[in-house]
Amino acid sequence: MSESNSTNLLEMLNITKRFPGVLALDNVSLKVKPGSVHALMGENGAGKSTLMKCLFGIYSMDEGKILFEGKEVAFANSKQALENGVSMVHQELNQVRQQNVMDNIWLGRFPKKGIFIDEKKMYEDTLAIFKSLDINIDPRSKVSTLSVSEMQMVEIAKAVSYHSKIIVMDEPTSSLTENEVDHLFKIIRRLQSENVAIIYISHKMEEILKISDEVTIMRDGQYIATQSSKELTTDEIIKLMVGRDLSQRFPAKVNKPGDLILKVTDLTAENQPSFYNVNFELRKGEILGIAGLVGSKRTEVVEALFGMRSLKSGTIELGGKVVKNHSPQRAIKNGFALVTEERRTTGIYPDLSISFNSIIANLAQYRKGVFLSDRKVYDDTKWVIDSMNVRTPTQKTSIGSLSGGNQQKVIIGRWLLTKPDILLLDEPTRGIDVGAKFEIYQLINQLAAEGKGIIMISSEMPELLGVTDRILVMSNGRAAGIVDTQATSQEEIMRLAALY
Amino acid sequence: MNTQASKKSNVSKWLVDNVIYVVLVLLVVGIVIASPDFLSMTNLINILSQSSSRIIIALGVAGILITAGTDLSAGRMVGLAAVISASLLQAGDYAYKMYPNLPELPLFVPILIAMAATGLVATLNGVIVSKFHVPPFIATLGMMIGVYGLTSIYFDRPPYGAQPIGGLSSKFTTFAQRGIPVGQYEIPYLVIYAIIATAIIWVVWNKTQLGKNMYAIGGNPEAAKVSGVNVARNLIFIYMIAGLLYGFSGTLEAGRVGSATNNTGNMYELDAIAACVVGGVSLSGGIGTVPGVVTGVLIFQIINYGLAFLGVSPYIQYIVKGLIIVVAVAFDMRKHAKKK
Repeated sequence: MSESNSTNLLEMLNITKRFPGVLALDNVSLKVKPGSVHALMGENGAGKSTLMKCLFGIYSMDEGKILFEGKEVAFANSKQALENGVSMVHQELNQVRQQNVMDNIWLGRFPKKGIFIDEKKMYEDTLAIFKSLDINIDPRSKVSTLSVSEMQMVEIAKAVSYHSKIIVMDEPTSSLTENEVDHLFKIIRRLQSENVAIIYISHKMEEILKISDEVTIMRDGQYIATQSSKELTTDEIIKLMVGRDLSQRFPAKVNKPGDLILKVTDLTAENQPSFYNVNFELRKGEILGIAGLVGSKRTEVVEALFGMRSLKSGTIELGGKVVKNHSPQRAIKNGFALVTEERRTTGIYPDLSISFNSIIANLAQYRKGVFLSDRKVYDDTKWVIDSMNVRTPTQKTSIGSLSGGNQQKVIIGRWLLTKPDILLLDEPTRGIDVGAKFEIYQLINQLAAEGKGIIMISSEMPELLGVTDRILVMSNGRAAGIVDTQATSQEEIMRLAALY
Repeated sequence: MNTQASKKSNVSKWLVDNVIYVVLVLLVVGIVIASPDFLSMTNLINILSQSSSRIIIALGVAGILITAGTDLSAGRMVGLAAVISASLLQAGDYAYKMYPNLPELPLFVPILIAMAATGLVATLNGVIVSKFHVPPFIATLGMMIGVYGLTSIYFDRPPYGAQPIGGLSSKFTTFAQRGIPVGQYEIPYLVIYAIIATAIIWVVWNKTQLGKNMYAIGGNPEAAKVSGVNVARNLIFIYMIAGLLYGFSGTLEAGRVGSATNNTGNMYELDAIAACVVGGVSLSGGIGTVPGVVTGVLIFQIINYGLAFLGVSPYIQYIVKGLIIVVAVAFDMRKHAKKK
């Protein structure tokens, strides 16, 4: 596994990366041939991004070495990698949206005539690259007016303008339509014919089998296998990606679904592209999972339930009555609660105390005249700490100093104080270590056993299979199917997620 | 995107995108309807000449706003430049000269000294913001207060203490108060200076690397950094250019008024920021054009001059100005709002 082969363009050998408490990469190797499309696969958290971050110098690796064109390299940052012919087209495109296409491509190295920028050369050079890649975009149009697919093409053109020999594409098709994917593939083929290698990160099996020459599969920070795409099938890839025992990671289920509590009919977002025609039901004491790939609009659905997105059509019935959640305030009043995906940006108030963070969604309950009752605030904070098992020295400790798992417990506690009927959890265990995850699962179980309806989005397949009763699978804004957790398999869910 | 909807909204989109120019036209039309005499060469020249030094200041502030910064010290720098240039160019026979033994200098010397002083102060702003990562609001707030102290110390000195620095040399007042005769009118030099400054800044913003980098830094600093832009150095240059513009404007103010005190230029920065914002410069950075900034300044001057011309109470003028600032930005937010 570790011997070097001079025909490879890029070799990442025996890379190991540790974070406090976690072994993120364990002796991982990746070898890419020139002019090939090399797919990098694995579940969320398998270590694909970490490996790429080591390549681009965003993380420094603890062990291992990187050979590029046979020479050992250690890029200090992505700029340096770019200048040496290694570039990345990100999932979140890093562009100056207010400026035009060619300004973005030549930023930091504008062609000049004296002290002035040579706009003509810039325009012609950009056009030449676009022509060579069969891209049809006016170099003078503003980036903010482009579609996602066009922005992506601009990024690829930028990579080409740096004479990249290897381009990493991270989930490049996650927000593209079928036609746009075809166009992207044409561009990739053209790059290949000029001997440019592509590292292609994606979850979509069919796509990978169609476009890639070789596939490297990772799981739990470990290297599993590298095989020629011709010899692989979707089933084999899934088996290699999953292959693990789930038995000890989840608490025994104690909840029993009861009467129907929530009925969602034909839910369609006003501002498309987004979700449309989504139908599902939820029972008291039931945990409904939502699965789907990046861009499948899972988060948008729960945000709509919570009044954060405008609906074009559709109804939400709570306990047999139609409710209209026009705003989060309304939704909270109607008995909905949402634990958001981005805990740091939309969940916690990091510098403020646990007490503040516990009571902030429920302030009206603590009013005594115009003041807030210290007694009630104290009691409820104590309830959150005790019943959620939050490990903290005092109520006044700032939440930012707690671990991710304990922060999440406080947030869940915050929403339970509002006495919701429906608890919406968006990636509730993201960024939380394994032990704390178990506690969160127990908590979710227990809340369901108390009769709450729970909807839980997760990108971690084992988690969905270990915790939920049924799973709604979203694909490209549509509900691809609802499966019974006991009867389904990861394979079936992945197939549904890639349906549309 | 739905093509039907976008066609239907083409007109309203154009209106939203060009709201400031529409406002400008409406203002003029409104004033002309109220009083047709308003349309005269004299009024036009007056408005342009009053706008000139403000346009120069606003262009400096605008560059900083586009980098997602701000500059509260602009007005005080104008004051510093006014006091320095006035003190160095008093007429030889004036009784209360700050430097009694100073021979009459050529015009450009005091102007350059004043610009050097403000250029230095502004460069310091840039260094504090980019190297020490002090938020621009705070950095320039501190500078605004500090520079006032500095100007006052310079101003309030023996032998004559705190009194306006007057008796300016006639070449100085001619430089700022006269113009080029065209028929029965005179195009003020001030207007010509403003046009030259505007043209230079337009070229810098649109045709040079510094200009592109300025937009990139304000629009997406992360992308700029990843593309190898030296953010700190570019920021410092943007602040420095602003300082040079304030300095030049300060000497014009001194020459135009015929004297200077430590309070010359007080609060000019807020007028400039207001004009920029009305002119479509985004406080969150990355957006702004030279014609927009110039139009923003003109709108305020037309309100000042036009409403006074109509005999409207100056207090009402304040209300109108306040409204325009808020309404213009409300429109601007609509333009950039992302729908959920």
